Amino acid sequence: MTETAPDLLYSEAEEDLRAAVRSLLADRTDTPSALARAESDTPYDPRLWQALGAEMELAGLLVPEKLGGQGAGHREAAVVLEEIGRSVAPVPYLTSSVVATETLLGLDTTNAEVASLLGELASGRKTAALAVPFSYGPDSLRLRGGLDGIVRTVADAATADVLLVPTGQGLYAVEADQVTVTALTPLDLTRPLADVALDGARGTLLADADTGRAAVRRGLLAGAGLLASEQLGVAEWCLTETVAYTRDRKQFNRPVGSFQALKHRMAQLWLEVVSARAAARNAADALATGSPQAPLAVAVAQAYCSRVAVHAAEECVQLHGGIGMTWEHPAHLYLKRAKSAQGALGSAGEHRASVAEIVGLPGPA
Amino acid sequence: MSEQQPGADELLARTRELLAAHPPATTEAVDFLKARFDAGLAWVHYPVGLGGLGAPRSFQPVVDAELAAAGAPDNDPRRIGIGLGMAAPTVLKYGTDEQKRRFLRPLWVGEEVWCQLFSEPGAGSDLAALGTRAVRDGDHWVVTGQKVWTSSAHLARWAILIARTDPDLPKHQGITYFICDMTDPGVEVRPLRQITGEAEFNEVFLTDVRIPDAHRLGEVGDGWRVAQTTLMNERVSIGGMRLPREGGMIGPVARTWRERPELRTHDLHQRLLTLWVEAEVARLTGERLRQQLVAGQPGPEGSGMKLAFARLNQEISGLEVELLGQEGLLYSDWTMRRPELVDFTGRDAGYRYLRSKGNSIEGGTSEVLLNIVAERVLGLPAEPRNDKDVAWKDLAR
Ligand SMILES: Cc1cc2nc3c(=O)[nH]c(=O)nc-3n(C[C@H](O)[C@H](O)[C@H](O)COP(=O)(O)OP(=O)(O)OC[C@H]3O[C@@H](n4cnc5c(N)ncnc54)[C@H](O)[C@@H]3O)c2cc1C
Repeated sequence: MTETAPDLLYSEAEEDLRAAVRSLLADRTDTPSALARAESDTPYDPRLWQALGAEMELAGLLVPEKLGGQGAGHREAAVVLEEIGRSVAPVPYLTSSVVATETLLGLDTTNAEVASLLGELASGRKTAALAVPFSYGPDSLRLRGGLDGIVRTVADAATADVLLVPTGQGLYAVEADQVTVTALTPLDLTRPLADVALDGARGTLLADADTGRAAVRRGLLAGAGLLASEQLGVAEWCLTETVAYTRDRKQFNRPVGSFQALKHRMAQLWLEVVSARAAARNAADALATGSPQAPLAVAVAQAYCSRVAVHAAEECVQLHGGIGMTWEHPAHLYLKRAKSAQGALGSAGEHRASVAEIVGLPGPA
Repeated sequence: MSEQQPGADELLARTRELLAAHPPATTEAVDFLKARFDAGLAWVHYPVGLGGLGAPRSFQPVVDAELAAAGAPDNDPRRIGIGLGMAAPTVLKYGTDEQKRRFLRPLWVGEEVWCQLFSEPGAGSDLAALGTRAVRDGDHWVVTGQKVWTSSAHLARWAILIARTDPDLPKHQGITYFICDMTDPGVEVRPLRQITGEAEFNEVFLTDVRIPDAHRLGEVGDGWRVAQTTLMNERVSIGGMRLPREGGMIGPVARTWRERPELRTHDLHQRLLTLWVEAEVARLTGERLRQQLVAGQPGPEGSGMKLAFARLNQEISGLEVELLGQEGLLYSDWTMRRPELVDFTGRDAGYRYLRSKGNSIEGGTSEVLLNIVAERVLGLPAEPRNDKDVAWKDLAR
């Protein structure tokens, strides 16, 4: 079996894209407004989304040009997510431009309803959320019933114009005004979660149950794979910030970063971040090329990167000392994003189980 | 202290007398606690007249168990942890008779809450670098400076305070230890919100606070040595509580595991069991340490318990958030509050996870405690230092 090595680097175009996204996010995000927004009635940033999704045309990176998108791919979307992770920006990129969009791409795109919805998502005019709990990994979905009951902890449901609802009767597109969305109090202050009550909702049937199930799996697989890039961004910010702080902070008449005990901790973290980058790029590349290795690449990336992000954020708090425990300092936003992302789109344990299955390392009988 | 230490039987008999004379069912909690203090059953290893009987510390559980069984009220240590765990042992060791009489009873009974005015923005791990100034004015001291991360300052009647009385000396030498009246008009307490959403700690601004010399603990310039007693006891009181099996952080996650079979996976099972064993071993290590210490003052080994406690609290609560799956993505409530208690294991898993991050920072960071173990327990050479012999005022800041 010959395998072409995945491309794990960033192209020049990808670096340009990163620079543009980073500069926009640097202009438009800051901790005091993030904190104020998190406790307001709109715990997300519609204007930032407008700038990022519509004006910079990033919402449609995964969508082919003929369907109104940019015809780029997962590698580019991953770069955007790295930057979103680095700034913990409260925008529905992962949920709408990746998970929901990819789910729709798994349907019959010659269907007028599917095509028109994809076009609207790609333009950034509308956002959609896949109505499954945010904890669901690629293999979690069990189809039951129709448009009824309550779907718990749906990410970015409160901002979504459309919900994609997988049911035993098929996959539906349901307008937000057809459902009752109840905002929850999330651990991650920068990613709103909500319960979605479907009883009495009317929707448009986009696909039968089996096609819908396969498309949802595809959406969640891409989501899990690219979440690894967001986690990489979170981890990178935490490391960079911690290095900067410990170089500056003096105790015992010297920078605390001059203590070997701390230097080794940060050097170790660097190794983890470098490794997370390889794993995340591998997943993005496999998704981009439609490689048969994609499920393994995603499982590896998610099993690895989720832990790295949590570790980096925990170290960030610890190495800041008391200031890291405060609400004003941004470290906790990253800790909460990382910890919550660890339980999102499949747990590390579930992804390890996927690895076991794919590479044939079964557990004890 | 009498020649003969009272034995466990005698303590039990005295406890029963206390219960007979002040039946918990018909006695106000605070009156019961005062009677308990006066009977010497508050902390039996303290001297007679100060809430104790000069008995071995290891007999305390005999008294506590008897009282608990009789439904007697306790003094809610979560409200007054700093008083019990830090101020009291320091007052006992360095206080004058007058200070001991004045402060220990209301402290133990819970009528007066204490806080600890040690850390400053520029002096955390390097506490001895503190810059809050105390200047003598007749039989008073005038104190000005800023303290930070002061837990329970918003509730406190008194504070243990260290301040610089001589900036010309090297930093460990020019410090003096005081008892500060938190109702002094020069004390301003501002809430400092934490990652849990609450403001358990505060910033405290001290402006010309007048402290009578009679509220000095220990000699002028000897504050660093006095503070060691506080810090050593702080570490033991954070890490060294006596717990039943599955007490502490492992309790809630074990309960969830038993009650919620749908959450179980093989992966989580192995990780839970690993942590369960570590928590049990930490509990046994603490018990063994207590048996060794019996009545003495805690040594640097106490730092080891706090290290284990912090790491386990963090890992266990982190696992609990994972175990809860989609519920783990939620939080109870971010509302800014100024809590009445310091509660490590309360509320929901997310709270426990976030609050436990402070366990490896408060009372000396885990890195600093590891240095203490390395240098004072293992006797490894200290890192070269350039800050010990320089006058405090000449140190870079
Ligand atoms: C929840 C909470 C409650 C608190 N309550 C109180 C209170 O009631 N009263 C009070 O006085 N204080 C309190 N504190 C303060 C606490 O004691 C200090 O935060 C702590 O001592 C660390 O100081 P710092 O925050 O300035 O961090 P720094 O000392 O600046 O430390 C930053 C980082 O450098 C590391 N570091 C520093 N020196 C070394 C070294 N020599 N070797 C290796 N690493 C090193 C630290 O471990 C840390 O990771 C509280 C803190 C918290 C988080």
